[in-house]
Amino acid sequence: MSKPVLATATLAGCFGCHMSLLDIDEKILDLIELVEFNKSPLTDIKNFTKKCDIGLIEGGCCNSENVHVLKDFRKNCNILVSFGECAIMGGLPAFRNPIPIKECLEEAYLNGPSVKGNNKSGIIPNDEEIPMMLDKVYPCHEIVKIDYFLPGCPPSAELIWNALTALITGNEMELPYEVIKFD
Amino acid sequence: MGNNKVQSAIRKYNQDKTRLMDILIEIQKDENHISDEAARIISEKLELSIVDVEQTISFYHFLSRESQGKYTIYLNNSVVSNMMGGKIVAETFENEVGCKFGKVTDDGLIGLFDTACIGMSDQEPAALINGNVFIHLTPFRVKEIVRDMRAGKDVKKMHTSYLGGSQNKSEYLNSVVRNNIMRMGPVLSDDYNPGTIIMKNLPQLTPEQVIEEVKSSNIRGRGGAGFPTGLKWEFCRKAKGDKKYIICNADEGEPGTFKDRVILTEKPKLLIEGMVIAGYSIGATEGILYLRFEYKYLEHYLENVLKEAREKNLLGKDIGGIKGFHFDIRIQFGAGAYICGEESALIESVEGKRGEPRDRPPFPVEKGYNDCPTVVNNVETLCSTVKIMLNGGEWYSSLGTPESTGTKVLSISGDCRYPGIYEVEWGLTITDILDMVGSTDVQAIQVGGPSGSLIGPEEFERKLCYSDLVTGGSFIIFNYNRDLLKNVVLNFTDFFIEESCGSCVPCRSMTPLFKQKLEKILSGNGVASDLEDLKNWGKLMKINRCGLGHTAANPILTSLKNFKYLYEEKLERGKEYETGFNLEQAVSESCEATTRVPEF
Repeated sequence: MSKPVLATATLAGCFGCHMSLLDIDEKILDLIELVEFNKSPLTDIKNFTKKCDIGLIEGGCCNSENVHVLKDFRKNCNILVSFGECAIMGGLPAFRNPIPIKECLEEAYLNGPSVKGNNKSGIIPNDEEIPMMLDKVYPCHEIVKIDYFLPGCPPSAELIWNALTALITGNEMELPYEVIKFD
Repeated sequence: MGNNKVQSAIRKYNQDKTRLMDILIEIQKDENHISDEAARIISEKLELSIVDVEQTISFYHFLSRESQGKYTIYLNNSVVSNMMGGKIVAETFENEVGCKFGKVTDDGLIGLFDTACIGMSDQEPAALINGNVFIHLTPFRVKEIVRDMRAGKDVKKMHTSYLGGSQNKSEYLNSVVRNNIMRMGPVLSDDYNPGTIIMKNLPQLTPEQVIEEVKSSNIRGRGGAGFPTGLKWEFCRKAKGDKKYIICNADEGEPGTFKDRVILTEKPKLLIEGMVIAGYSIGATEGILYLRFEYKYLEHYLENVLKEAREKNLLGKDIGGIKGFHFDIRIQFGAGAYICGEESALIESVEGKRGEPRDRPPFPVEKGYNDCPTVVNNVETLCSTVKIMLNGGEWYSSLGTPESTGTKVLSISGDCRYPGIYEVEWGLTITDILDMVGSTDVQAIQVGGPSGSLIGPEEFERKLCYSDLVTGGSFIIFNYNRDLLKNVVLNFTDFFIEESCGSCVPCRSMTPLFKQKLEKILSGNGVASDLEDLKNWGKLMKINRCGLGHTAANPILTSLKNFKYLYEEKLERGKEYETGFNLEQAVSESCEATTRVPEF
């Protein structure tokens, strides 16, 4: 039987969840035995080359690019998992949500202490190559259907490992208290 | 000059920090807001932290840090107001005043604000302007009113109709508010000379005998929860405490309810007598009448009734000639918070704090106001106890049904020929009630306000009683022309989002999620799993601390149960999952800000 195929992506996140995934230490070797990686920052495969079984999404959606990637994942993965607070709830990036995007951009490019007086042309970057910002940061399940949610900031290595092995083996997931206790 | 007013308000209440509400209300009235400087002075004089003062100000709808204008308009945006033309009235206000709701005109003359139900559902659309009630508003009237404001006219002189009937036109009230008493019973009847029980019966009875009589009537609390009143009094009587309190809950904030307003207008003496009887039986020396801010127009009138009662020895020392029975009543105003109808939140508010419900137990009968044993009773309950003492518990229990004795004063509004106040015996069916008020072609009724249930014709044979359909008295009737989800359920959900005190997470956070989901369904992006989500989320509401939190999703949950077809006909067919996310819409704001053309 061929190995299950895994894909991962970081959207509006800090890469911390991926770091946590790598934090499973020597089990990473087991994981490589267990699954085949496809599109992922870990493999640097830019485009899906085949249909995947599991997609792990870190981060919420803050721009049009994030939305396209997420939709692409939904199309190419049988099971989609939001892992980490940003994917589940928007996380830290969503702190901008109560502030209108126009004000955010103006603060970042025109009025903020580090740019004030330096941005002589008064232009907010608008090249068509740059992804378009969304009005707010959306958690992934507000864009596409998400099948599972792994909480944590980041989710602990063990939680990720338990979840992945449960998904792959079809066994029930082990959730000891230590793994889901965050404070 | 402002400081002097602040200082004098503080002096008036003896620098007592438990009277913070009164001080803030007074300053708000004088200055149209409570300035940073005023808040600082209050915190110093009352020895409270500035945060304590600020959090109380921020909690209440009618207190503000910024000026609300010389004329402050609070237009009711409740469901019934909107049914009666509130939307066009609101638009006319915006056009005539020249600013949006939530704003004050540049010259500081007029402030325009929304507010939840102000207890005038039988005469909507209604508004409070500088505390005065304006009823039956129309675009024509709005134009007149705004013109009067621009001309600097006194609000009290802006009325164009006759004053309301009976006590509404009395010297201390001078109000255009209508009573609309359509049916009277023991509470509202006109055949009783107030004070008789205090003067004739009470001196012959021990407090225990009074409690026994009330217990034998089987009367239960009329606020909605239905706790046996006699038992509550007995618990409080037996509770240990040097000082005990009786508080009358006249904070009727449940949208669609207005019966307490009418009782307070027509039967205040009966209420005072009820409070005295309760005070005598539990051993209280002080009574507090907690009135919602919306009824501030009753203040002078009620103060005068209290004054007269003192003159007649119905309040004060050795009441009714009973040696050592001292009891007096003071009025405490709220400042706009639905949650303060919950008894422990109400007590917090009386103590001058944010109206956040307490953990229970201990119950107020053991540890209430200032940690003393306290009975909190509804206006109607207290009035009923006078008639129980007059005619006996046995007589009272012969009214209504065996387990729901006596009468209930109903506030009926919406699509019916004769909206108003109906005092009926418990046990009537909904059909009886609809026949009584002249209602046909009824699609649905909201029983018990937003926290109650939305029921449809298949349930109209249900009975009004504690074991079937229990209500605090609010009935809002909707005919088939009404869009229940858009105009009723959504409005009520907004109401709960606004009124949540924010203490419990599900009440604070889930209510906006419920609303989002409902809006998603209304916009045509709903799928079957959304209805399942709503149902499942509803279970979470049980972990909130108080009744508001428990029922905050009821508008959605009960309509989903009884009017599922309304939801289903809006769902997208054949789709398993749909978020309703619209990329074009989501990027339009940022593209506009950066002057770029969106490309997809």
